[in-house]
Amino acid sequence: MAVNDTLGGTHKIIQEAHEQQNNQLIPTLNDFSQELTTLNLGPTHPATHGIFQNILQMDGERIVSGVPTIGYIHRAFEKLAERKPFYQITTLTDRMNYCSSPINNMGWHMTVEKLLGITVPKRAQYMRVILMELARITDHLICNGILGVDTGAFTGFLYLMEEREKVYEIYEEVCGARLTTNMGRVGGMERDFSPVALEKLRKWLKEFPAVMREFEALFNRNRIFVDRVVDVGGISAEKALNYGFTGPNLRAAGVDYDVRVMNPYSSYQDFDFEIPVGTKGDTYDRFMVRNEEIWQSLRIINQALDNLPEGPFHADAPHYYLPPKQAVYKNMEALIYHFKIIMGEIEAPVGEVYHSVEGGNGELGFYLISDGGRTPYRLHFRRPCFIYYQAYTEMVVGQSLSDAIVTLSSMNVIAGELDA
Amino acid sequence: MADPTKEESPAAQETAATQDPAAQQNAHALALLHRLFGESTFTDVEEPYGLLTVTTKREHIHKIIAGLQQDEELKFHFLTTMCGINYPENLNQELGMIYHLHSLIHNVRLRIKIFFPLADPVVPTLTDLYATANWMEREAYDFYGIIFTGHPNLRRILNVEDMDYHPMRKQYPVEDGTREDKTDLFFGR
Repeated sequence: MAVNDTLGGTHKIIQEAHEQQNNQLIPTLNDFSQELTTLNLGPTHPATHGIFQNILQMDGERIVSGVPTIGYIHRAFEKLAERKPFYQITTLTDRMNYCSSPINNMGWHMTVEKLLGITVPKRAQYMRVILMELARITDHLICNGILGVDTGAFTGFLYLMEEREKVYEIYEEVCGARLTTNMGRVGGMERDFSPVALEKLRKWLKEFPAVMREFEALFNRNRIFVDRVVDVGGISAEKALNYGFTGPNLRAAGVDYDVRVMNPYSSYQDFDFEIPVGTKGDTYDRFMVRNEEIWQSLRIINQALDNLPEGPFHADAPHYYLPPKQAVYKNMEALIYHFKIIMGEIEAPVGEVYHSVEGGNGELGFYLISDGGRTPYRLHFRRPCFIYYQAYTEMVVGQSLSDAIVTLSSMNVIAGELDA
Repeated sequence: MADPTKEESPAAQETAATQDPAAQQNAHALALLHRLFGESTFTDVEEPYGLLTVTTKREHIHKIIAGLQQDEELKFHFLTTMCGINYPENLNQELGMIYHLHSLIHNVRLRIKIFFPLADPVVPTLTDLYATANWMEREAYDFYGIIFTGHPNLRRILNVEDMDYHPMRKQYPVEDGTREDKTDLFFGR
């Protein structure tokens, strides 16, 4: 590598530092021009936006090598899931990518529906699409807003947070919660959109584009911002694929892989939208791809709302879908089903199913192995953050520290999803 | 309720295969696997929920995945995910690794499984083929204690480094084993 060539003898010292694992002292040389500095970026650094650590070896401002350490908020979700009935696992998925919980919730519900062979009515599918696209917008708003903060522009972030707040109010009308939503159920939604929810949604759809245009006008061609992000933290398409990138980060590198198009779920084939791609895979491309995806998500929401079919908002699957609470008090069958579902005594077929959805950060996969018991025998989450974050060290070596910060925030690494 | 994985009659399966493009692609991928590596390499071929699943031996796994990656026809360039698994009842096959490959060009997914004894949990690494295998294998080592030969940095990734067991193995229950107020009769595993 070019960096190592120019540093000459330093390379060996770094090698030794790697061999001693991290956190070890590096012997000081008499020649100060060759001395490296160890810098702990994290675990509680304000620029990491989550708890994970990078131990960097710095030659002045340049990063020579880095050792990432993750797992600070590992909560053993895969182990916990082996003891929880299907409906209780929804709350675990909330806490993976907590910037777009509804996508996680519904991805999980669709996985279970695939296993159980439940077909969800069209109205519920469209409702899910609306909520998942809202979640994608909030996810991208956070990422791009924070990128502005890390380059020194706080204003855009504040504008966008106000809009996110309004989306959270829509969530509140739909499910009662804001951040960890636990939205919907296996078999559909737990309630229909209320008139207030629809009114808030329509109002937001009318007002948000102006704010988004203002945000783009502040950033997209802003000389200071562009100079800070162009050609920073780039990755080629081949490398991105080899590293398992998905989502906006892969599309910024120029690969048009999107699960919504490749393996449509929840009626995504009904909607007309485009997949934006970048060319260089650098921070600016990632920023622009996310901005454009927000516009495409708005297109999808508008189409889904205009064509929202009439009909039930959940599948007719009494064995798996909780009956209304009023019926439980009056109706014997409802009481029986309620009891069986809550106790996890539902009949699940033996089998294994992989289902993936396009999460805020890429392909969010659920690999569920059922042995017919009340809980999964094994549940594996394909977390996009965990998979693409391993490329971070390679992307930042040779860059300056401030560029590394910008690269990190444009990759949108969410600690909850990273560690699960 | 109809079980989607239920075996159908051979004739019905054949007509389904000619009509459904996904089934056709799976049949195509399976034919390629058999042609490249021989039919005897794969012990178990299924299609649960439309995803082609094959089981093979760990001696072949590196060769098969390298062959699939370099194959000009299907181009399995993308390693979606991999995970370990533990079946304590399967004698000498207690541990396993499950790989999910994806050909983005033809949109074919493939699941490959290998099983091996708990006493000898050694598997060749895939880090020389896919950079993304690095942390996935560290995770499988962390959770199940599967040793990947040739891995550049096989350390724990999510749990603390001085942990002395591999927590996802079935011998470690989630609940505290000394508790007596909860029995497995009513609360599952």
